[in-house]
Amino acid sequence: MNKNIRQLTLKRQFAEKRFKFYGQASLFLALLMLVVIISSMTYRSIPAFTNYGLNLNINLSQKNIDKDNINYRRLIRENISSLDSGCEDRKCRREFSRLFSLGAAYDLKDSLENDPSLLKKDFNKFILFSDDADLFYKFGIDKNLPENERRLNDREISWLNDFQDAGLVEKRFSTNLFTNGDSREPEIAGVLGAVVGSLFTIFITLIISFPIGVFSAIYLESFAPKNKLTDFIEVNINNLAAVPSIVFGLLGLALFINFFGMPRSAPLVGGCVLSLMTLPVIIIATRASLQAVPPSIREAALAMGASEMQVVFQHLFPAALPGILTGTIIGLARAFGESAPLLLIGMVAFVVDIPGSVTDPATALPVQVYLWADSPERAFVAKTSAATLVLIFLLIVINLAAVILRKKYQLKW
Amino acid sequence: MPHYHGLFVILWALLPSLALLIVFISIDSLVQGIIIENHLPQSVILLGQDEINYSISVLKKNIQNLPSILSLEILSTNSANSLYKTYLFYRISCLTFISFLSILLSFLASKRLKIRFDARRNVEKILKFIFFVFSIVAVLTTFGIILSLIFETVRFFSQVSFVEFLFGTHWSPQTAIREGQVGSSGSFGAIPIFTGTLLITSISMLIAVPLGLYSAIYLSQYARPKVRNYFKPILEILAGIPTVVYGFFAALSVGPFIRSFGESFGLTVSTESALAAGLVMGVMIIPYVSSLSDDVMSAVPESLRDGSLALGATKSETIRKVVFPAALPGIVGAILLAISRAIGETMIVVMAAGLAANLTANPLSAVTTVTVQIVTLLVGDQEFDSPKTLAAFALGLVLFFITLALNILAMVTVRKYRERYE
Repeated sequence: MNKNIRQLTLKRQFAEKRFKFYGQASLFLALLMLVVIISSMTYRSIPAFTNYGLNLNINLSQKNIDKDNINYRRLIRENISSLDSGCEDRKCRREFSRLFSLGAAYDLKDSLENDPSLLKKDFNKFILFSDDADLFYKFGIDKNLPENERRLNDREISWLNDFQDAGLVEKRFSTNLFTNGDSREPEIAGVLGAVVGSLFTIFITLIISFPIGVFSAIYLESFAPKNKLTDFIEVNINNLAAVPSIVFGLLGLALFINFFGMPRSAPLVGGCVLSLMTLPVIIIATRASLQAVPPSIREAALAMGASEMQVVFQHLFPAALPGILTGTIIGLARAFGESAPLLLIGMVAFVVDIPGSVTDPATALPVQVYLWADSPERAFVAKTSAATLVLIFLLIVINLAAVILRKKYQLKW
Repeated sequence: MPHYHGLFVILWALLPSLALLIVFISIDSLVQGIIIENHLPQSVILLGQDEINYSISVLKKNIQNLPSILSLEILSTNSANSLYKTYLFYRISCLTFISFLSILLSFLASKRLKIRFDARRNVEKILKFIFFVFSIVAVLTTFGIILSLIFETVRFFSQVSFVEFLFGTHWSPQTAIREGQVGSSGSFGAIPIFTGTLLITSISMLIAVPLGLYSAIYLSQYARPKVRNYFKPILEILAGIPTVVYGFFAALSVGPFIRSFGESFGLTVSTESALAAGLVMGVMIIPYVSSLSDDVMSAVPESLRDGSLALGATKSETIRKVVFPAALPGIVGAILLAISRAIGETMIVVMAAGLAANLTANPLSAVTTVTVQIVTLLVGDQEFDSPKTLAAFALGLVLFFITLALNILAMVTVRKYRERYE
């Protein structure tokens, strides 16, 4: 009998430990996934921050150059001709040019136009490689594959090896990711255009959803009579907070674009759609922080002869403002990371230019991640990872702002 | 207080005319269409509805500028002139009407100002009304969603039979374009899409429910308050990471990993598998399960727990036999909300689950979901009347009502739970 009880006790103690272990293990697993995702993105993004290129000495003074009509790609090609081991036909020349980025030609054009005196003297220029050549230096290439299945053929590989032997190849830190708009060439593509597009979108979201959200929360909290209609509004708001984001995209497409005739791909429409999504978040946060203000404040103000409206705007609202702003920022952060509704209203266009107004075609940072993830070029993998890091970093900054705001200004009653 | 008197007049001067201006702006595109349609020459009208719609949309873009209307060469010089003038006349008369209204109302309002006039109460009445209008926006949004979805869905079912959509087992909307004839266009049996959604949602719940629940149990029952305060927000970061990042991670790392893992056992796995998308989505959903479960388990009255412990039960026995059953309605609510979140999730499945509408329960094959189909049907070039694009709205309607039902169910169960202990 005694032995049985001891056995039972041991069993129960073991069950206790096992149960606790399950809890710890699940928490650990969940957090491990977080670490794995962030670190895998970081690791994969490293190649995006460097670019290989040729450090080339260019001398144009001896050449006969028609200043108004310069073929920059050819200029680059001819300046490396010392290494160009015999290109006779056009196909060969095209292959040779393909090793260099299209951006290199634009870059050379810019510097020659900025400083025409360069045409008469020696100067050093960093000529960017194209993505395939860049990947060759970064990761090497599998030479066991048949030539036609590789991104680079044997001749191109031998040129690249020649450059390296001549000591011309240089690896440089690249800020293209932060300073350029989108491009078909991975080595010069950047997220600036998408970030600007996102900021425009968020700006529109803020100016629409903040006033509407705050005022409707104030109404529901302070003035609304308790009746069927206000109950219905409340249920509606709670529901709207849980509607899948893509449904808002469908609404935007049917209502804003097809019915009101607003422009496709514009941050204006994106902002309108996202503001409908953010609205419930702001309303719920505002109501919660208004409720947190102690009733004594309200009663004191009323006793001094203030009207309901004066009580709200001179006492309750200022006291609740830190909480309202925190809620708004959290809502905006969610809108900032949202992409599904933007896909439906056409903000997936390939946009090279950095948008200058809210009606210009634009894309948003999360959508840019989606677009790049879809690209076949291997070099876009690093760029996409880097873009996700930029996205996560910006979200951390936004959320930190919310935390600091709350810590610093929230009133304790 | 005199500034209330001024405010009273300003509000009367601006608000009605501002509201009218918004109405005019929102129907502007509609009015443009009507005016243009009346000016279209017979030659365009004879070419059929597509040509008419195209001409209207081009003319709309250029209606502000007479030379560019002419340069389109759709209208003769006379009718172009008349179109331009008619629209200009419409605009000017709108603006005149609005300004006139504003002046009239401010005049009438200033007439009412007397020494005994209670301006503060009147201003506050107006402001309250404005706030009420703002709070209606949320309701209008819901109605907007339902109306626009139903409107397009009705058009869809005028071309495709309702029974085929709900019970058909073959989904290939793409053929609708190639054949291009009414009636025999594409096949819209949505069963493979629904099963695909179900498959991925089940996989994600298999991950999220145990991990989320056990994490919640540990955080609310075992962990010290300090540990809980640290780890709860960190766990919630998982829900804050943009879904596009999860999608990229699933497509880039998890999909190929599962494939090579499966192939080492001799299984054929497609790179875009239901398993990859479901696993990653499950990780994303963990905080949705854990946060709410954590709250409801913490809210179980201490007396219940103490009673059980006093009878000699161990902590885990108390949790399993007392705390968990007491918190069950709340936990069910949390899980229902998580399911609704998983069904509506878009980016992860778009990037990692594939487009092929396979009717299968094999988690290693590619399946498609409701949200993936909505995105693929509507992204890119589209003609707006084809059953292909309208199908997206029908799917959207299904999605909306399923998630709505889940949300309401979740809300009701959680509310019942709260009432029990408060």
